Amino acid sequence: MPRTARDVVFVDGVRTPFGKSGKGLYAETRADDLIVRVIRELMRRNPGLPPERVDEVAIAATTQIGDQGLTIGRSAAILAGLPRSVPGYAIDRMCAGALTAVTTSGAGISFGAYDVAIAGGVEHMGRHPMGEGVDPNPRFLSEKLVDPDALVMGNTAENLHDRFPSITKERADAYAVRSQEKVAKAYADGNLQPDLVEVLVRSIEEGYGLATEDEPPRPGTTMESLAGLKTPFRSHGNVTPGNAAGLNDGATGAIMAAEDVAEEMGLKGRMRLVDFSFAGVEPEVMGVGPVPATEKLFARQGISIDDVGLIEINEAFAVQVLAFLEHFGIADDDARVNPWGGAIALGHPLASSGVRLMMQLARQFEQRPDVRYGLTTMCVGMGMGGTVLWENTNYEGGK
Amino acid sequence: MSTAIEQAQELFSDEVVTKANSRDIQLPYGAGTAILITLDNGHDHNKPNTFGPGGLLSLDAAIEAAKARTDISAVAITGKPFIFAVGADLTGVPRIETHEQAMAIGKLGHDVFRKLGELDVPTFALVNGAAMGGGLEVALHCTYRTVSSGVPAVSLPEAFLGLVPGWGGTYLLPNLIGAEKALKLIIENPLAQNKVIKGPKVHELGIADEIFEPADFVEESLRWAAKVVQGRITVERPEVDKGEAWDNAVNMARFSVEGKLHGAAPAPARAVELVAEAKNRSRDEGFAAEDQALADLIMSEELKAGLYAFDLVQKRAKRPAGAPDKSLARKITKVGVVGAGLMAGQLALLFARRLDVPVVLNDLDQESLDKGVSYVHGEVDKLLGKGRINQDKANHLKALVTGSLSKDAFADADFVIEAVFEKMEIKQKVFSEVEAVVSSDAILATNTSSLSVTEMASKLKHPERVVGFHFFNPVAVLPLLEIVRGEKTDDTALATAFTAAKKLKKTAVLCKDAPAFVVNRLLTLFMGEVLGAVSEGTEPEVADRAVAPLGLPMSPLMLLQLVGPAVALHVSETLNAAFPERFAVSPELDKIVEAGKNEIFASDLSIDPEVKELLSGGDKPSEEKEILDRALRAMAREIRIMLDEGVVAEAADIDLCLIAGAGWPFHTGGITPYLDKVGVSEAVNGEPFHQGAPQAL
Repeated sequence: MPRTARDVVFVDGVRTPFGKSGKGLYAETRADDLIVRVIRELMRRNPGLPPERVDEVAIAATTQIGDQGLTIGRSAAILAGLPRSVPGYAIDRMCAGALTAVTTSGAGISFGAYDVAIAGGVEHMGRHPMGEGVDPNPRFLSEKLVDPDALVMGNTAENLHDRFPSITKERADAYAVRSQEKVAKAYADGNLQPDLVEVLVRSIEEGYGLATEDEPPRPGTTMESLAGLKTPFRSHGNVTPGNAAGLNDGATGAIMAAEDVAEEMGLKGRMRLVDFSFAGVEPEVMGVGPVPATEKLFARQGISIDDVGLIEINEAFAVQVLAFLEHFGIADDDARVNPWGGAIALGHPLASSGVRLMMQLARQFEQRPDVRYGLTTMCVGMGMGGTVLWENTNYEGGK
Repeated sequence: MSTAIEQAQELFSDEVVTKANSRDIQLPYGAGTAILITLDNGHDHNKPNTFGPGGLLSLDAAIEAAKARTDISAVAITGKPFIFAVGADLTGVPRIETHEQAMAIGKLGHDVFRKLGELDVPTFALVNGAAMGGGLEVALHCTYRTVSSGVPAVSLPEAFLGLVPGWGGTYLLPNLIGAEKALKLIIENPLAQNKVIKGPKVHELGIADEIFEPADFVEESLRWAAKVVQGRITVERPEVDKGEAWDNAVNMARFSVEGKLHGAAPAPARAVELVAEAKNRSRDEGFAAEDQALADLIMSEELKAGLYAFDLVQKRAKRPAGAPDKSLARKITKVGVVGAGLMAGQLALLFARRLDVPVVLNDLDQESLDKGVSYVHGEVDKLLGKGRINQDKANHLKALVTGSLSKDAFADADFVIEAVFEKMEIKQKVFSEVEAVVSSDAILATNTSSLSVTEMASKLKHPERVVGFHFFNPVAVLPLLEIVRGEKTDDTALATAFTAAKKLKKTAVLCKDAPAFVVNRLLTLFMGEVLGAVSEGTEPEVADRAVAPLGLPMSPLMLLQLVGPAVALHVSETLNAAFPERFAVSPELDKIVEAGKNEIFASDLSIDPEVKELLSGGDKPSEEKEILDRALRAMAREIRIMLDEGVVAEAADIDLCLIAGAGWPFHTGGITPYLDKVGVSEAVNGEPFHQGAPQAL
């Protein structure tokens, strides 16, 4: 039976404020409660979407244990009060979990298997530290399949500095300072708040509180304040807590839909999924992953970086962003890149970050009808990159 | 005042303090800063928040801190997960010695709570979980309330225990939702087995202004609160009718309380009067009247008895005295029920539902068997019809309960209970037949109401496996299970019985193998005194009314009708045989049974003329007071004898049996606190049953 691919749109995104892991905002709040709040808010903000029309709930978590286990997509759907008829599943591609939830459900929509899906991610790195419960096969080391550094993300970032000697600690710090500045400005301009949903946070000692803003940003960060930070992964190294994303807790979610179905429901598709691509690299330099992933996508689409007006790249480490920019010949402070700052300031709750990039890109598209294409891209642990190309549905340049 | 608080704190020295933790939050939509107070005692939901003096002072500090702020736009108060607050901490109440101390407790609650209604900014109670008594009153003092649709229990249980909702409840609630609805919570529900209402009903009654789903209840409540603060939402409440409707509701409540209690317990009547006056009183007057009522009631014997009874059913019932270690219990994987009559059917349904194992009914003829099985299946369908279970569960339960004419079907059962005719030879024969097919370690239980368990086991190869397992009719309603240890019953059989009782959600009390055990022995004695008075010439109506001052759930003759004259006669014969000097067989009862009368009362609740004819005779009528006195004296004497015989471990077990097996009221504490209070124990036995306040544990 002949089949026509359908256009897929990103309708809306919502996220919890991100918290610092450990003693932060969500220290006593469950991970599943975070994603449940996100899903409920998505449904609340889009009353045109009948709950029973949600065909899938794809929720990513890197560490699928405890409150992030139990097939989080399905259990979150039930906890969120979606009809029992709505299925769900859990998904894992480490940092690119939510991004993969979007591409996978988006592909299913395009294929015609779904009309509407909720895609998102959650990571509570305080309750579930990276690597909790992992049991790497000894063959990884005995057969030298991966370098021992591959499992320690900070080490992979140091390795990247080795591969790109031109990317110095100073450049990384300068990038980090700009990320903080851009986030502070975006907050002041009210650009980030619309996608946040406030979350009740529990504390037995202090009582309940309400999380209304991201906790990780450090406004006022300067080169001087970063200069003295320790380099925990290597003696006299380059990677510091200041030029890397922290350990964070948070959840994100998005409504993905076939464009015609969205229209029928009166939902506005804010950007159109054009293509996506994943690629693998040596795990010990996982940060370079976005480069081949993006090149692969460009080659298939026959476009170049010049056709892209906005880039939301995850800032796991400044060096990894700079490696991407250097490859594509983009200046460190190019205005197209993370205009509202990134994970170095906002935080990076692993599997949830991909959808944060998308919701910010979608908002930027609304403000920039002159831009047609935008990228969301991120590096992924175990040596991968993932890139999604989006088209601005507000684009007016063609008229 | 401060000394009164200090004194109160001393009385509640072991208080688990519910702290009022305050945090600043930013309200949505730019509605400003609010203070969110969380009530949390630091334990999980199994130990709910309560208010003792320490908790009240913590809340007071939180409210005072809020009062001092000029930069806030609202105060909200909520509870820890699943629990808002379940009322006053009552542990210290029995230690209160003076009216002044009692007054101080009442006043302290008012002084703190009322501030929630008197701040310069609006206050919001976000009722996220169970809210009872003082917990609900905290919410009532707030300007606005939201409730979670998932809240399982909201109530004002004070009248049930022997108090009034006196921290604002009797004043604020009727003025919020009208007297009729308020009295439902204040009187009607507490006197109906302490019924509770759920979140949606709280909203429907107008107690809560808005309702939100539990998943993000507090967040959504705060969004709503923000809109109220900003004036974007105006809360409209129906006007309360302070005219005839109010007075009618109060009169109805008065009538119902009098009808149920006959003046036996002061608290409900006091609560009704507080509601009656609430429409005309100012806040100060209303709260002062509540203080006075609380102080009076805290000092009452009825409250002490009520708290004791509460502890009996809440605590003692969970740790039955004398139960062997549960590790000795045998696992039950299949149950046999000998008999297929009404009792057997009720047991089969209960075992299937609670143990989730196959249950085989056994009877002599196919017709009785089919009737028994179809009774159970019919009950399952009723549960299905009421939505208590779904179709799958109904299918499963029906499949679990089957019938067999042959006892061979018991071969792999580990627990077989007999519910056949109350005749020793029949029961012995049944047990022998069962023993012939079951494994050597299967437990054999008897639901006998009065026969000797020891004798019943005596003909068996393994008498150690026999245990008494005596339910009360109706099984689904009365929680008591008398577990009877025969002379040879071993700990394994006993432990298995107790473990099964717990799974069956029954209140188990260990009894010695004494005639008619506890409840039937005492009820038969009690009824015997009433019938004795009739026999001597007292009008049956007068004799029946004589014990009304106890406030029992039903009169003796009504109970006789419920139990069935034949059963009652049988038990009295057993007891008469055992203790002829104390238990007579009423010739009138004998005549009623002989005449085949099952009903004592006609449909208009007057005594059936034929029965009345049978009950006439004698020429020495007694006064009501004399009858009550002789009944109480007989009880005091018999309970003393039972304790001396070791029928149960303590007087508390007697009381627990009467409450759980006969529905005797909390305000009498079962019966022994009442016997002590009226001085009968001392007069009959030379000493009270309890030294000081009765202790449940």
